Parts: sequence; structure tokens; C-alpha cells
Amino acid sequence: MGYSKDQLLARLKELQIDFSQYEHPVVLTVEAQAKYVGNVGGALSKNLFLKDKKHRYYVVSALADTKVDMKVLSQRLGLGKGGLRMAPEEALGEILKVPLGCVTPFALVNESASHVSLLLDKGFKTQERCIFHPLSNDMSISLNAFGLDKFLKSIGRDPTYIDLEANPPVGKDQPPDLASLVPLGSTVLPDLPEKTPSQDSSGNHPSAGNNSTAVTAKADKPSSAVQNVKEKSVNGVRPSIPSTDAGKFVEELLDRTSTLLLSEISEDSIKRHGGQLGAEVANNIRKCLREDLKNLATIVKNTAYTEGFYAGTHYQPKRL
Amino acid sequence: MEKVEDQNPQQEEDQVVNPWEVSAKDGGKIDYDKLIDKFGCQRLDQSFVDRVQRLTSRPPHVFLRRGVFFAHRDFNDILDAYERGQKFYLYTGRGPSSEALHLGHLIPFMFTKYLQDAFKVPLVIQLTDDEKCMWKNLSVEESQRLARENAKDIIACGFDISKTFIFSDFDYVGGAFYKNMVKVAKCVTYNKVVGIFGFTGEDHIGKLSFPPVQAVPSFPSSFPHLFSGKDDLRCLIPCAIDQDPYFRMTRDVAPRIGYHKPALIESLFFPALQGETGKMSASDPNSAIYVTDSAKDIKYKVNKHAFTGGQETIEKHRQYGANLEVDIPIKYLNFFLEDDAELEHIKKEYGAGRMLTGEVKKRLIEVLTEIVERHRRARAAVTDEMVDAFMAVRPLPNMFD
Repeated sequence: MGYSKDQLLARLKELQIDFSQYEHPVVLTVEAQAKYVGNVGGALSKNLFLKDKKHRYYVVSALADTKVDMKVLSQRLGLGKGGLRMAPEEALGEILKVPLGCVTPFALVNESASHVSLLLDKGFKTQERCIFHPLSNDMSISLNAFGLDKFLKSIGRDPTYIDLEANPPVGKDQPPDLASLVPLGSTVLPDLPEKTPSQDSSGNHPSAGNNSTAVTAKADKPSSAVQNVKEKSVNGVRPSIPSTDAGKFVEELLDRTSTLLLSEISEDSIKRHGGQLGAEVANNIRKCLREDLKNLATIVKNTAYTEGFYAGTHYQPKRL
Repeated sequence: MEKVEDQNPQQEEDQVVNPWEVSAKDGGKIDYDKLIDKFGCQRLDQSFVDRVQRLTSRPPHVFLRRGVFFAHRDFNDILDAYERGQKFYLYTGRGPSSEALHLGHLIPFMFTKYLQDAFKVPLVIQLTDDEKCMWKNLSVEESQRLARENAKDIIACGFDISKTFIFSDFDYVGGAFYKNMVKVAKCVTYNKVVGIFGFTGEDHIGKLSFPPVQAVPSFPSSFPHLFSGKDDLRCLIPCAIDQDPYFRMTRDVAPRIGYHKPALIESLFFPALQGETGKMSASDPNSAIYVTDSAKDIKYKVNKHAFTGGQETIEKHRQYGANLEVDIPIKYLNFFLEDDAELEHIKKEYGAGRMLTGEVKKRLIEVLTEIVERHRRARAAVTDEMVDAFMAVRPLPNMFD
């Protein structure tokens, strides 16, 4: 079973996160919630639980009056125009372990939600306090974004605040700016129908017959469409000249020269050139290696200059 | 007299060549003779190549030997002055619109590096992040980020940090640079800029006021930290021929504000893998070889996507030979295979049908893989600190050594 409200509150206290709690009758919408805690001096949040076509899940948590355009968000994540839907009710219970109307960032405390991506409205940071459900809809807690961060970090999450109302263009030269927030694995829920039965419930999920370990994360490769080009270039490539070590540089030069030298001297070439082989090989070495070695030398020069430049811009003037 | 005015590109002119669009007539090939004629620049003939060899005491770059850099303006003046002991500086640039650079993007930089080494002259490299912010509607931060990323690939081409200044417009515009921008802007009427670049009433004022930004690096006084007191220094601009309009405008303005006209040396367009008529596009990774491609990627792209002039069957090929006019592997080898004799041999054998397309492709794959590998190794050695150093506004005391 998932975390309970009391367990969460205890955890918050343990972490010394400053929060206030308000009990009220069960509420299912932000409007209803506003009736009870609209005036306590905190900003109400709206929380969406979304799913994409590859069964990856997202919690989008925003200030109640931030406009969230699902089409735009879908594009910014690199999912195309219609890639995001509201997640089915069953997923709410299975993955977030919360009842309907209770989506909250705190639900990520559950193991079952470990692959859910969390998108936080940067607007939270400008508010004194923000209001969320603490895993059940008969209570609301208000806390500062800082406190939320502390909690998220304690469960191993790196809080990412984004401008949810932004609508940057996405095209061939502008990669989707939120692509890095797409979860790596996909969450597969066995035996779940795609359609959501539209009745309210208090968190009972259909008996898929599984416990929280029903969630299997496939180790998918991130979709190549959003793969950062930069990653490819850094993967597994060692510079042939490590820094400015004179010894290593010289070894590299000598290695290349001897490799070429050895390849040039064979029974065949000895027969062909006889005593002139030396001159011939020397010539070839110059021809073949000149540009390559110059390039290497330039790299070393540039690196040494850069080190000097860095030292120069960071030096502390002599105290007089 | 040089042509400065351009008719509206939509008029009877069928091929379109300007900084933002390059397309041939009826989906055919670009007619370079017509282009030279229309723009009013000069062909770079063999006598130039020989002269460069004489003056620099080294073999001319493969791009010169093969006519990749094929047109110029006043390059002879540069060489004359150089012979008299008067140096010059180089100016080239890049519009950082995407992170992924392909070999076509590297061509002006490879050539510029050769010029820097051969003539021992300094170089300024402009990253037009503002232009891309405006034309591609990127955010300011994103275009600045791309500028820095592209700078790394540019540095990997092997420029000498003690002779090279890289700058981004967002960072550098201001001071003496901006003063020159205003001087230039005052000399170009609204009508003229519309005539040269084809702007319309729908274009925002940012676009209209951009051309001076790309013009003023041609004037040494734009870089007081480098060329203070050297107002007489000439400038040579290696670029692709679609950039010509900016510099036609600059050359028209220069004498009016008391500066030397910059000289230009211009290159052909690099063909897409699918053929001259195909468009190289960032959204089609198979249209070009990227500097991040693995050896496997290169092999795949050349084998599966390169447009060839070979015949459909081996028998036909042996009989008729290959059509070298449209064969992309041959064209790419023309750009990148250093050995003149080997290239001639391949062209002869392939054209006669004695060599098969597969062999030509295999050789191309070797050549391209070596280039991309070398670039990757150099790129891996470029750190953020190195970019900072290249982009720092600092004196370059040894820039002519």
C-alpha cells in the first residue's frame, strides 16, 4: 500500500519542513478546495496526472491560475501535438496511490511513482506558500517552495521548475525544450483498459490483482528524436592529447611516427629502394604526418594558452 | 563598376541565392557562371592559385586546387599588398542556428584555417546569434547557447588561439563596433536594403537593421583591442557565395566612410548527399554527414543515401561508364580527397566504367571517416575555458608572427 497522509506529515516534520495543515471535508476540485483554504494565505495549486502514448506518466503541478496548454506542453516535451492525455483513473491509484482529485507532488514518495516525471510551475517560487493535498483530499497543507524542494530532494528527486505558460517554437532547428523531462522508462500497467470509467471513486482501483510492484519499467532508449546531439560527441571519445603534459604529447608524436615508419619498411620496400629507402621513408613521413602533427601541436598550444588565460584572470594581485 | 543594386529576387531571375535561401532554377543545378555574372564578382583562375603557392611557399589548399573557392573580389589587391609586406586580417563567421554541424558547415572554416597558417595573419570569427534569434525565432538564451556550442566545433578546426578572436554579437556589439554600425547604416537607404535583401513590409525592423552587424567586422577599427592604430589594415573574407549581398553592400559603403573595401574569396555550395538538386536540411539527418556521425553512420549514409552517377547494372556500367556530372561520391571526393593524382585516377576509371560505384563509395567512406574522426578528437579537447579564452576581448600581440 502507498504512503499514508500521516506518514507523509510525520516525514515532513522529520525533515523540519515548515508547513501548516488544514482539515476539511473531502474535496475533488480546486474550486471546492478554495472554499475551505482559499483564504489561508497560500496559493492554490492545480495538479494534473498525464500520460503519453508510450505509457510514460507526468505530474504537472501549477498555480491554480497558470494556464496549462496540453498541446504546447506535449510539443515542448517532444511528444508531438497530441501526445499528452489525462491519465486513466486506474493509473492514479496504481501509480500515485492517491484517490481521484488528489494528484499532488507528494505522491512521488511512492516507489510505484519512481518513473513519473514531475513538472513544477516556476510560479510556485514567487509565492510565500503553496497549497497541496498531502495524499488525501480531506486535508490541505501549505508550505513554501523551498520546503517542497527539500522534500523532493529527500526522496531523490531533482525539482525542476519551468515556465508552464511559455510557448517556444519547436521545429527542425529548435529542439523541444523540455525533452529532458521525459521519463527514461515507460510504465507498463498490466490489464488496464485504455478508457477511463467516468465515475468518482475514493481511490479503489480495479483489481488488476497486483500490488505496487506491478509497475515494470522497461529500460527504453530515449527517443532519438530528442537525443541531445552533444551527448553523441562526448560519448566514449578520449582526446588523443590529454591536457598539456609534455611527456604524453611527445609519446603521441613518436607513436605516430614509428607506426608510419614501421609500415613503410617492408621486404618489398627494401627491395625497391635499397639504400635510398631512408630518404624515401623520411620524405613520406613528412608528407603524411605534417598536417596531423601540426594539428596536435595546435591543440596543445591552445590548451596551454587557455590554462594561462584562466590563471591570469583568476590571479590575486599582490597585496601592497 | 560593381553592381550593387539587385532586382527583387522574385523577378524574372529563376535561381534564388541570398543569405536565407538558395535554390536552383526548376530544381536543377546552380548556375555559377550566371551567379558570378549577376553578382559581379570575378572567377578565381589558376594564375591566382599559382601565385598563392609562390607567396606562401607551400602547396595550395585542396579547395583552391579543385575550384571549390572559385570566385573573389579584389583578392589580387590583397596579394599585391602582401607581396609589398603589408599584411591583412581574415574575417569569417557562422550563424548558429543548430547544434548539429555537418561537413558543409566546416568548409569555410577549414579553408580559413589554411589561410591563417599560410599567410600568418590574424582572424576574427563572428557568431551571429542575434541574426538567428531574429530569423529563426530562437530565444536570446538559446541562440547564445548555440553560439557557444558551435564555437567549440569551430575551434576544433584548428585555429591558433594566439591569432584568433571569436565573438558573438550579443556579447560584443557596442563601443567602436557599434559606432561603425551606425556609420554604415547611415549610408544605406531603406530602399537599397530592401533591394539587396528582398525585405518586405511584413518583416520586422530587427531584420532590416541587421546587415550593418555583419558588415562592420570588415573594418579594423571595429576591433580597437586588436587593430588600434592600424586603420589601413585590409580585410579578406572567405565565405560561401550566398553571403555576397552583405559584402556588396559593405564594399559600396566603405569608401564613403573612409575605409578599405574588404576583399572576398567565395566558395561553391556543398551538395546534399542525395544530389545537387536535393536540399541539405537539418531535419533530414541523411542529407548530410554530421561531425557527430560514427564510422557506422557514415558508411550507412554513403552506401544507402548518396546519389550516384553509376549505371543500373554492372554490364551497362562497364559499357557506358559513370555520369561524373551528377555523381555525389565523386563530388565529395573532389572536396576532400587530398591526393590530386588519386582523384584523377578514380575519375578516369569510374568514368570509363572500369571502376564500380561500390569502390568509389568505399574510398569516400574512408576519407570522410578520417576527417570526422580527427574533428571529433579535436573537439573533445575543447573545454569551456578554451571557448572563454578564444572569446575574451584581449590583445593578440603575436597575431602576425
